This record gives sequence, structure tokens and C-alpha cells, in this order.
Amino acid sequence: MTGTFALVRLALRRDRLLLPVWIMVITGAIAGTASAIGELYPGMEQRLALGVTIGSTPALQALTGPVFDATSVGGLTAWRATTLATALAGLMSIMVVTRHTRAEEETGRAELIGACAVGRHAIPAAAVIVAGGANLLIALLLTVALTGQGLPGSGALASGLAVGGTGWVFTGIAVVAAQVTEHARTANGLAISVLGLAYLLRASGDAAGVETLSWLSPLGWAQGVRAFAGERWWVVGPLALTGLILVGLAALLARRRDVGTGLLPPRLGPSDAAPNLASALALAWRLQRGGLLGWMIGFAIGGAMLGSLAQSVGDIVNDNPQLAAILERIGGAGALVDTFLAAVMGLLGLAVGGFAVQATLRLQGEEAGVRAEPVLAAAVPRWRWTLSHLVIALGGTAIVITAGGLTAGLAHGVRTGEVGEQVIRLLGAAWVQVPAAWVSAGIAMLLFGLLPRLTALAWAALVAFALLGQLGELLQLDDWIRSLSPFAHLPQAPGGEVSATPLLWLTAIAMALALAGVAAFQRRDLAGN
Amino acid sequence: MSGNPAILISGLTKTFGRVRALDGLDLTVEAGEVHGFLGPNGAGKTTTLRILLGLLRAGSGHAELLGGHPWRDAVELHRRLAYVPGDVVLWPTLSGGEAIDLLGRLRGGLDQRRKKALLELFDLDPTKKGRAYSKGNRQKVALVAALASDVELLLLDEPTAGLDPLMEAAFRECVTEERGNGRTVLLSSHILSEVEALCDRVTIVRDGRAVESGTLAQLRHLTRSSITAELDRIPDGLAELAGVHELAISGSRVRFEVEADRLGGALRLLTDAGVRGLTCQPPTLEELFLRHYQSAS
Repeated sequence: MTGTFALVRLALRRDRLLLPVWIMVITGAIAGTASAIGELYPGMEQRLALGVTIGSTPALQALTGPVFDATSVGGLTAWRATTLATALAGLMSIMVVTRHTRAEEETGRAELIGACAVGRHAIPAAAVIVAGGANLLIALLLTVALTGQGLPGSGALASGLAVGGTGWVFTGIAVVAAQVTEHARTANGLAISVLGLAYLLRASGDAAGVETLSWLSPLGWAQGVRAFAGERWWVVGPLALTGLILVGLAALLARRRDVGTGLLPPRLGPSDAAPNLASALALAWRLQRGGLLGWMIGFAIGGAMLGSLAQSVGDIVNDNPQLAAILERIGGAGALVDTFLAAVMGLLGLAVGGFAVQATLRLQGEEAGVRAEPVLAAAVPRWRWTLSHLVIALGGTAIVITAGGLTAGLAHGVRTGEVGEQVIRLLGAAWVQVPAAWVSAGIAMLLFGLLPRLTALAWAALVAFALLGQLGELLQLDDWIRSLSPFAHLPQAPGGEVSATPLLWLTAIAMALALAGVAAFQRRDLAGN
Repeated sequence: MSGNPAILISGLTKTFGRVRALDGLDLTVEAGEVHGFLGPNGAGKTTTLRILLGLLRAGSGHAELLGGHPWRDAVELHRRLAYVPGDVVLWPTLSGGEAIDLLGRLRGGLDQRRKKALLELFDLDPTKKGRAYSKGNRQKVALVAALASDVELLLLDEPTAGLDPLMEAAFRECVTEERGNGRTVLLSSHILSEVEALCDRVTIVRDGRAVESGTLAQLRHLTRSSITAELDRIPDGLAELAGVHELAISGSRVRFEVEADRLGGALRLLTDAGVRGLTCQPPTLEELFLRHYQSAS
């Protein structure tokens, strides 16, 4: 562990901008929600009415979890913001840990550090301390911020511990992933898959009212703390303990492997390239196909799980004739199911935006890793190299979300007995999302061409779009602010009227951004090492 | 062989922010020659190569490569040249053999037979994945990919930095063969013996400027020979003789350095004093090099 303190300082120096932004966004999301709910639902009756609506809308419960206490502002805040904030805290922890562990090993910088008077576990230990510290700070700031808004101190503390605790669990998951994989990209992918699975388990459990399912997910534990609703403090225990056990497991694994390698031994490859590995596009495909496949599998699983839930959302309402009668006026349970499915597709759309940004920024990874140089020093025009990755990012976006729409349609169709019809409807609903995700890719491409050092802003934009979509209405942000998100312009599908105009506009904007990025890259210097 | 130089650079500048990497660099590489591009780390060698490759935009000045414009005609020019970077990075998931084939094809094709021969010569296993290679082996991958391509010009940026002496010898053999085939080679290096052994002409660069350029003979002409002599007696006036430096006398033995155009005068003085033994060493590039950096800093 020698040298850990110095490495912590190094990590803080490298993340002096990134980490504060993450922390501010996460605490701000919850604190903002609390103040909005306090303003919008000042009276007990208004809050109870909202609680009844939520209780009778499984779609909402799938997206944000159940509401445990609708009488208080705190209870509603915990319902609305916990899942979002815990997912973001998990994402932050994964990014921070991978960045300071596996990514350092991959670039060989860890070797430089490891040769100094630094203990074997100092690098992962420093990453865990930084990520754990960030989560602790989030817990503290949340407690202070929520108490400052006049909410009960114990609930504020529980809220903070739930969010920080979940972040801590994913700190552990990320540091384990960093031991078993060989590349930073796979480590991130593995840990984020676990986060996605945790979200799906909780969503399924909450929507279908099966509590055991929710309890399988760390995100479900965070809800189980029941901040502002008769806090169950003991649930903080498993959160803290699981993180600790995972960190210990990572330490054990680290002892069994060499620096720079994963747990699996490297395999040999062919001595000659296949005949078709002869162009920039073939290379881009070769580099990206693994990631694309992983995303497709993830979307297929997620689509199937969420699609199979949709019908139970309708069943719950049908069991309640009173509610059904009210709902009949707005289109019946069928409309409710469609609302749920549309919300699911919206989530898949945001998620595929993540693929679009990641696949586009592969360009930046190749340039920064000096692997673009040999390609561009050969007879490959710059535009062809950029377009080859861009084609995969844009095409892959459509392919990945097709996988999700297809399995969602199949799963939902099997339950309603109209497979053909539902597959077509949900494929259509999935494809509606594509232009907005393309805009995210376009932003990434423009940043790569113009400001390659600031490509992380493409991720920031995507998170901002997600926050605008999730919280914009609640926070009563002006329309023009909410309309900054491309996802805000997508028609409701399935169930809504789909007009081509916004889709065409978004596609045109995406292409314009992307081509501007390609053009900008034509003129700039290539980064060296 | 056309009479036009393969590379013609004059007054080239390049700044990165406030750092001036190239400050009016001049460089001429004639077609068919092996040209040494010599300078310490940070002198601007790699920046020059990256401008020639159209990876960086030139600031001001003129740069011409194989009769074309390095930035505008990049793709056409790259079909006719191959480049080996100083720090080779490979794709972690591609095997060495795949990387060689890919780079060759992107350049417009490579000779499979020559590739096999080079793999053998450099004793390189092409089935390992990019990650698994050592620095020297990554360098070999890039060298094989470059040497197996049928190109007019090779741009080599410190290509032997990671190779062991045995492989260095193999590399020299290859470069000699390339010259025999009429190819032009620009060899950037700070390894002086390598340049001395391989190059027809040398350009020495320092702080983004060429400080010296010419054949080794021409460069030596500018420098001092070191002389050791056993004499009957120590001649008077040796210390005062113009062009003589660092005179050391121990008993009947003198050691000194003398500028090339003053050699005759010094020798006359020595013969008059009765020479019993004499060694005269031409300056090594090492000395040439050291002097450039000492005198200017």
C-alpha cells in the first residue's frame, strides 16, 4: 500500500474538473427535485393525489421505483430521484475506477508507477479511495442539502447513504472488473452491464410487484433504505459490506495476475490477415464489432425483460375496475401499456445514445493511442478514416436498438398473443429513437474534429439530455431549455402519432454536425505522443 | 533516377502553442541516397517527419516530397513511401501478421515473399497479439511492414531504438539492400554509429534548425583531427600555433586536436621535432555531434 497517498493526489489532480462535476450533478439532481416537489405539491392532499396516481401506474414504478410515503415532500423526492441518482453514482464510480486502474495498465503508465516505491495494491487502492471518497462526499452533501431545504435530518442522511452506498457497491464491481479484463473498454463494459442488469431487475420487480426481484439489485437496496418513509437503517449494512467484499475480492484477484494482463491468458492470432482486412472500414469494423455485439446482447436482454412486463402493467389496472373506468376515458389499459412501452423505448433510446457516442469517440481513442498515425501515414485519406468509424457508429446505433425493439416486441407479443403486430409496432417505436441518438454521435464527431481534448463533453451532453428528459418537466424548466435535448422532439411511440418532420430534422442536424466534424478534422494537426 | 531531390525543405517552421518546434529548418534529400537526420531528443526530427507525412500542417516555409505537397497530395504520396515511427503502437486485438498485412494493403500492397523473408531475418513471430509484443518486437512489425512494401522512399524515425545488436545488424543489411535497389531512405537517429555506417549524407539538426549538412567527408573537413605523437623533443610554439586545441604534454608525448585546414602546419612542426610514433584519428561523428551542442549552448 506504500505510495497510495501520492497516487490519490495524482488521481485528484487528474480529475479536478471531472469529479466535482459528477458530484454536483448527482447532488443537484436530488436537491433540485426536492425543491421542485415542495413548490409543486405544497399541500398534503395534492401529494396524496400524486401518490395514488403513482401507485396505480406501474410504468412509473418501473422507471423510478415504488413510492413509500406520499404524504411528505421527502418521501416523494426519494421516490422520484433515488433511482436516477444511484444509477448516476454507479456510473461515476465505474468511470473513475476504470480510469485509474485498467486504463493506466493498458497505456503502460501503471508500469512506470509500479517501478517506483509503490506497493502492489497501491494503484487499485488509490482508485477505490478516490471513488469511495467521492461517494462519501455525495452522501454528506446530500444530507446537508436536503436538511437545508427543511426536510427531516434522518431522512436526508438516509437518502445520502443510499446514493453514496450504491456508488460504493459499484466502486467494488468496477475494481473487480478491472482485474479480470485486459482492456479499459471491456472493464467499463462489464461493470456498466452489471449496472444495467441491476436496473432491469429492479424495474421488473417494481413494475410487477415482485419484491424479491428488486432485492437482487443494489439499486433496489437503495430504495429499500426507505429514506423519509420510516428509514430502515440496516439496509445500509449490505450496501457497505458488499462494496467491501468486492474490494477484498479484487485484492485477491490482483495478487494472482501480472501487471498489464487480465486473468485470461492472451491467445495467439493468425500469421496473415484475412483477405478482406484491407481497408480503413474493415479495420474499424474489426475494432468495433466486439463492442457492437456486446451492446446488441445487452439490448436484446433488456428489451425482452421490459417487453415481457408491459402486459402485467395492464393486468394490474384491469384488476381494479374503478381505476379501469377512469382510465377508459383516456384510452383504457391499452393506452397505459403503450405509455409504459413508450417510456421503455425512451430509455433504450438514451442508452443507445451511449453506444453512438462511444463508437464515435473510438476515433479519439485511436488518435490518442497513436494508432491512427500508421493508418493515415498509409494511403488512406483522412475523411475515409473518420467516415469508416462514423458509419459503424451510426449504423450500429440502428442495429443495437433494433435488437432491443425486436425482443421487446417478441416478448410483449407472446404475452398478448399478437406477435407479428407487436414486433412491427415496437420495431417502429425503436427506430423512432435513432435520429436523437445520431445527434449525440454528431456532437461527439464535431468535438473530435474541432476540440479533440474536450470530447468528454459529448458524454456530458448525453447526461444532460437524460436529466432534461427525466427531471425537466418536474423542475418546470422552460420549454426552450427542455427542447435543447434532441430526445424531447421524438414522437411518443408506440401509441402516439408519429410524424416524420421532427425525425427528418434531427437526422439532418445529426448529419450536419457529423460532417462539420469530418471537415474540421481534415484541417487540423494529428495528435502525437 | 530523376534529378529532383526526394525531399526538399527550406525555411520550415512549426509552433505548438508557444513552443517553436521547427525554426527555419532546411533539408535536402537526393533521390537514391541514404540520408541521416541527426539530432538529440526534442530537436524537431519527428515533427519534421510528421509534416512530411501530412499529419501536421507546416507553419511557414516550403516542404516538398517526391515532387508533391505533403499536406495536399498526402494520399498519392503515401502510396510511394513507407514510414516507421519511433514509438510503434499496435492494435491490441490484431496479431502482428495481421497488422503487417493491413498496413501494407493500406499502402497499396506488399510482397508476401519478402514479408516471409523479413520475418525470418528479424526472427519475429507474427501470431502474437499486438499487446504481447515487446517494444523491440513492435518495432520489427513496423519495419517488416515498411520494408516489404514496394515504395520509393522510406521514412524511418529512430527505427532501431528498441532492437538488440543482432537485429540492428539485420536492419543495416536491409537498408544497404534498399539503397542497392535505388530507394531513398531518410533515417532519423541519435545513434551516431548507425548513421556513420549507413548514410551517404547527414543533416544535423538542433533546436528546429539544420546546423550542418553534407557528406561525412565534408563534415569531417570542418572538424578537428586528434593527434598523438611520440617525439625526440617537444617543439616550441606548438601551443601558440593557430588551430591547435587541448594540447597535453607528458614527457616526450604530445596529444592535441587540430583543425583540418591547420593540419599541415602542425605536422611540419612535429616532423621538425623528430617523430618516433604518430597516430592521427579522424573525428568520429560523436565528437562532431558533441561539439555542436557544446558550442551552441
